Amino acid sequence: MKRGRKSLEDECRSPFKEFKKGCKKVKTTDATSFDTFVDWSTLPQDVVLEIFKCLPLLDRAHASQVCRSWNQAFHMPELWRCFEFELSQPATSYLKATHPDLIKQIIKKHSNHLQYVSFKVDSSKESAEAACDILSQLVNCSLKTLGLISTARPSFMELPKSYFISALTVVFVNSKSLSSLKIDDTPVDDPSLKVLVANNSDTLKLLKMSSCPHVSPAGILCVADQCHGLRELALNYYLLSDELLLALSSEKHANLEHLRIDVMSDNPGQTQFHTIQKSSWDALMRHSPKFNLVMYFFLYEEEFDPFFRYEIPVTHLYFGRSVSKDVLGRVGMTCPRLVELVVCANGLRPLDEELIRIAERCKQLSAVGLGECKVSCSAFVEFVKMCGGRLSQLSIMEEVLIPDHRYNLEQIHWEVSKHLGRVWFPDMMPTW
Amino acid sequence: MVVNSIHWFRKGLRLHDNPALLAALNGADTVRCVYILDPWFAGSTNVGVNRWRFLLESLEDLDTSLRKLGSRLFVIRGQPADVFPRLFKEWNTTRLTFEYDSEPFGKERDAAIIKFAEELGVETVVKNSHTLYNLDRIIELNNNSPPLTYKRFQGIISRLEPPKKPVASLTKEQMQKCPTDIPETPYECFRVPSLDELGFKTATLSPSIWKGGETEALLRLEKHLERKAWVASFERPRINVNSLIASPTGLSPYLRFGCLSCRTFYYTLLELYKKVKGNRSPPLSLFGQLLWREFFYTAATNNPKFDRMEGNPICVQIPWDKNPKALAKWAEGQTGYPWIDAIMIQLKQEGWIHHLARHAVACFLTRGDLWISWECGMKIFDELLLDADFSVNAGSWMWLSCSAFFQQFFHCYCPVGFGRRTDPTGNFIRHYIPKLKDFPNRYIYEPWNAPDTVQKAAHCIIGIDYPKPMISHAEASRLNIERMKQIYQHLSHYKGLSLLASVPTVSEEIDLEYCNKHSSMPGKVSPLGKRDRPPDLEIDEKCTDPKVSCSHLMEGNFEQ
Repeated sequence: MKRGRKSLEDECRSPFKEFKKGCKKVKTTDATSFDTFVDWSTLPQDVVLEIFKCLPLLDRAHASQVCRSWNQAFHMPELWRCFEFELSQPATSYLKATHPDLIKQIIKKHSNHLQYVSFKVDSSKESAEAACDILSQLVNCSLKTLGLISTARPSFMELPKSYFISALTVVFVNSKSLSSLKIDDTPVDDPSLKVLVANNSDTLKLLKMSSCPHVSPAGILCVADQCHGLRELALNYYLLSDELLLALSSEKHANLEHLRIDVMSDNPGQTQFHTIQKSSWDALMRHSPKFNLVMYFFLYEEEFDPFFRYEIPVTHLYFGRSVSKDVLGRVGMTCPRLVELVVCANGLRPLDEELIRIAERCKQLSAVGLGECKVSCSAFVEFVKMCGGRLSQLSIMEEVLIPDHRYNLEQIHWEVSKHLGRVWFPDMMPTW
Repeated sequence: MVVNSIHWFRKGLRLHDNPALLAALNGADTVRCVYILDPWFAGSTNVGVNRWRFLLESLEDLDTSLRKLGSRLFVIRGQPADVFPRLFKEWNTTRLTFEYDSEPFGKERDAAIIKFAEELGVETVVKNSHTLYNLDRIIELNNNSPPLTYKRFQGIISRLEPPKKPVASLTKEQMQKCPTDIPETPYECFRVPSLDELGFKTATLSPSIWKGGETEALLRLEKHLERKAWVASFERPRINVNSLIASPTGLSPYLRFGCLSCRTFYYTLLELYKKVKGNRSPPLSLFGQLLWREFFYTAATNNPKFDRMEGNPICVQIPWDKNPKALAKWAEGQTGYPWIDAIMIQLKQEGWIHHLARHAVACFLTRGDLWISWECGMKIFDELLLDADFSVNAGSWMWLSCSAFFQQFFHCYCPVGFGRRTDPTGNFIRHYIPKLKDFPNRYIYEPWNAPDTVQKAAHCIIGIDYPKPMISHAEASRLNIERMKQIYQHLSHYKGLSLLASVPTVSEEIDLEYCNKHSSMPGKVSPLGKRDRPPDLEIDEKCTDPKVSCSHLMEGNFEQ
């Protein structure tokens, strides 16, 4: 909550005092009113607790100013298990920051109650610093969940690495029960991951660390080796290795549920992508047959060489830049488990064959999104016919569809709707 | 009883299809046409010189046309609330006419003037001719709320009667019955000011590419239709490099200022279509340009907060970054991405860019790369873009930044790739950024990747003669797509892995006839249960309407 110069208490006091006064005025003589005089301050604590659980923080804070027992209820540990610290500066963000007094109060009174914590920061260095500041004070916490979320430019990356690491490791060392950790876009490094592992290897289930440039494949391998309960992992492609996949497939390891990989490159020809052995993927599949493999590609067209050369268990594919017809053809051949395919851009040549092949071979496919691509209307209808009602998400930009001798743009949406079993239209963009 | 009319021009700067103007003349003894020029706008940075020039040219044109009919235009400086009391008294006005303005501030301003006029016993006549349809009727047909998807809007439109036909143009005879001149008033008093008088430095101004005024508008309309007939195809044209250059048949600024009546455009286009294609009913897409405009006017008319994020019930609250330096680079065409820069330079110099160019720069500023609020982009467009107005500009920005109207956000326009696919020759860039003209096609969209030898040969070192790219597109798009996904998943309560399913779906209006016709179609829908709702006319947009845009994003929710 963002408040002005007034303190939180001042703000809350007046309306509820009136309410309380009002309550005391209820007459008991009126036969149609309550049987007994209602003194809200004597409401049992557990009832108040349940009610407070349903209220947003601000309303709760107001209510806590009414009387001592409600104030006590406000501070009960159950209400302080979860908190999201929003740290921002008005000059850099539209986010409303959590009031500094509230933060102080939480650290003073509730740091040992906190279990599920996240920090939302804006693009200013001050906000990231404030987050680290709070982190360093969470000495009495047994956190189960920690999330560091950048809402704009990753400001954690602007902090001196050591400063960030020492704040983060306070939590790692003290919590000893971290189950879910989201530290994407932060300067976390291999040694700090070792600290994480040393203290939380039994409990860690989820780790999201996309775009953490100071981590090496060895660092993440250490996590996979020691944290056998790891079920969800998100990282960049350069951290992926055969050893990692094999570690995740070891007998001691829990079934992997979800692996998310970002494949990034900025300048064509400057990044060499290593290959992963097919056998590593196969091992992972045998170990966790139901796992989801989500891959987001942000590459130049010519950098796809090492990919889609053999069968790969990917379930969700996103091509964030343009991807060639050839690669989409290979996708059809190598991704039998594909559930969702989203293509930002391809080019001007129709993807007819490629789409049909995908419909034939990807029997689990239920979501397709096409941006700047071209497909002839006939091929598209064919594609939809083959997939049928299993396509629950079909998001095609209007410009994608090329009218041909069989269908024009007006007819196509009836045809497609017919085969999908629901009303469907392509996505539109304003032409004003 | 003597009838002295004033016709108040605001938009609707034309004599053809102007029912309010005809109403002024109806049985009147004198008619005076006024335009009220608010001096505070002049020279201010909010409205750029191209917009002013277009307006002044339009006013000049109007004045000239009125003079041919024996009348004239009175341009009066001031604010309507101050000007009208004076005018009504001095001119003994008994009737005030103007074209209906559907925009929220327009409605407020007009309500005040109407009230004041009524108090003085001045009759007011307001006619709708800036939009094809009566917008309130569209809203009424949609359960009293504006359609929030374009398809739904089209569905409603297809059930309406066709737009009213344009009324006849003003004739000399009609005008002569109602003299205008005020004796003993020097012409100077009320003439159209020049750009210099308004405080603009015109010495270095290049000639206008888009000439303002009704005459020019009607000429362009003719050429526009000629071209369509010649092509004999009314399909959406493929974009190529020529589309990017200002078209001599482009009509959007003329529609915005009302130099061209949208109904005239509609009916002349319809007539031509029927002539070429026989008496078939034209597809709605034929009027695409006009209908999008109509869509945004409808969406905005009852929403005074339409042009901002905070407090706007239809706008998703997104924690955009505030970054004035980055914004300035984008606005000035200094991003280091030639495709983006060329577009912004064209915008600044000429006042118009192709709609796909708008998509490219809007995406780059907001959800694609810079993650800056669409409001900032909207304000820049308001200043520079000739056809921008409250409804269409704000609406388009919300659409392009995926802040409203239930857009999928996965398709990101690459500042390199999209440009290259649109104009493989790179000539558009060479035209607007002469410094880069010697770069070969291979590198012109990404000059920073050119080897030093190539840069030297082109006499343009990146980082010195032309800026380096201000942001890494791959990193930025990865970050941004992740953020958009989180925001939308929060709104739609979707916890799965699908990117597409993050955006709440809106069941489209179903044509009831279709339902009955195709009753063999299985009533059930596909298995992804939670995310998919059966087509239900009742649910329509109420379930996803204000709640989705929700301000509870800002209320300090936490992950349970």
